[in-house]
Amino acid sequence: MVLALQTYYALVKFGAETSLGPVVALSLIRELGPVLSALMVTGRAGSALTAEIGIMRISEQIDALDAMALNPYKYLVIPNLLAGIISLPLLNAIFVVVGVWGGYAVGVGLTGVSSGTYFGGIRDFVSAKDILEGLYKSLSFGMLITWISCYKGYFTGYGAEGVSKATTQAVVLSSVTILIWDYFMTSILLT
Amino acid sequence: MIEVVDLYKSFNDQEVLRGVNLKVEEGQTLALIGGSGKGKSVLLKLIIGLTKPDRGKILINNQDISKLRGKLLKQLKERCGFVFQGGALFDSLTVFDNVAFPLREKTRMKESQIRDTALAELACLGLSGAENKYPSEISGGMKKRVALARCLVMKPEIVLFDEPTTGLDPLIGKAIHKQIRDCQKSLHFTAIMVTHEIPAIFSLVDRVAMLYNGEIIASGTPAEIENSQDPVVHQFVHGELEGPISIQ
Repeated sequence: MVLALQTYYALVKFGAETSLGPVVALSLIRELGPVLSALMVTGRAGSALTAEIGIMRISEQIDALDAMALNPYKYLVIPNLLAGIISLPLLNAIFVVVGVWGGYAVGVGLTGVSSGTYFGGIRDFVSAKDILEGLYKSLSFGMLITWISCYKGYFTGYGAEGVSKATTQAVVLSSVTILIWDYFMTSILLT
Repeated sequence: MIEVVDLYKSFNDQEVLRGVNLKVEEGQTLALIGGSGKGKSVLLKLIIGLTKPDRGKILINNQDISKLRGKLLKQLKERCGFVFQGGALFDSLTVFDNVAFPLREKTRMKESQIRDTALAELACLGLSGAENKYPSEISGGMKKRVALARCLVMKPEIVLFDEPTTGLDPLIGKAIHKQIRDCQKSLHFTAIMVTHEIPAIFSLVDRVAMLYNGEIIASGTPAEIENSQDPVVHQFVHGELEGPISIQ
């Protein structure tokens, strides 16, 4: 909604307020949706994942799996990796849909852009390539978040302090990696 | 048979094991005694392949576990069981699911068979009625017995116990010792038990070995260890404050 508001006042200066719909939609689909949903998942699920695996490590539950001749990666890493890869694009899709409707509420409801102009612009300017770009980013972010979170939990330090540090490191490293990786993905996908 | 030959292990320049030699014959139970934090648990984890030694051999039925990788290591581990000091129960699973877990993952048994086997094992260890509780809802003694049940349900050939009765009251400790002895009689497993329950443990085991300064300084029958004239062994076994072992 704030994106729509800011964009509207910027577009008015150029007399291009009819482009509000596609600008909001493209920003959300290609950039804000994947990145912001990934950052939210990092804070919510990535930290929980690191803490869970970290506690399993310090309470020897991972050693117990290993001692039973079971591969801990199969039980702890692979299911979470798959969950991350599947759930992040879905959360991104929800984020984008809600964002576009939020933009509609502001654009059409408050600033006076017509409903037809808003959605017509989106239909004309948003292509399958844009949606795929967002999808690829979400998939890769899902993999990065779960991989980093699992790694930090798996190789956590000793005691509660070790788990606490691992959780902080997982969130910081995931967030920074998302932003850096986003730049590379964007530069590759736009060329 | 378990044989440890000239085993060394260090952590961050701290040498924990300095040439450990140990032999446990098939079907025997060996008690491993020694001071706290002196490497007994490390030795058990090395034997089961949870960590790798710096050098030396760990032979289990003449196969060096430290050299094995992949499928061969997995096959060897499948024949072993480990009872962790703190139980290492899966805290998100109930007592029943903890015991059923290895059966579900390692066997092709039907769910009804798994249920019967796990419940029988729990009953054998006096845990009937606790099957739907979570590890956080049961006492320390029960946790140790659940860990024992989870280990023994797979009928291992070799079992490593890491302080199975430490911190428990004497009655529960004795009951667990008896259960271990009974299981050993029926399953005929080879066992190493890290313990501080001296002299109570002497009636349970076939042999005793003492780890001191990273080496096995004494090994023999319980009677030999109890009557040892070695000043270190004598001081430790009889819990004397005066002697060569300094308490830091």
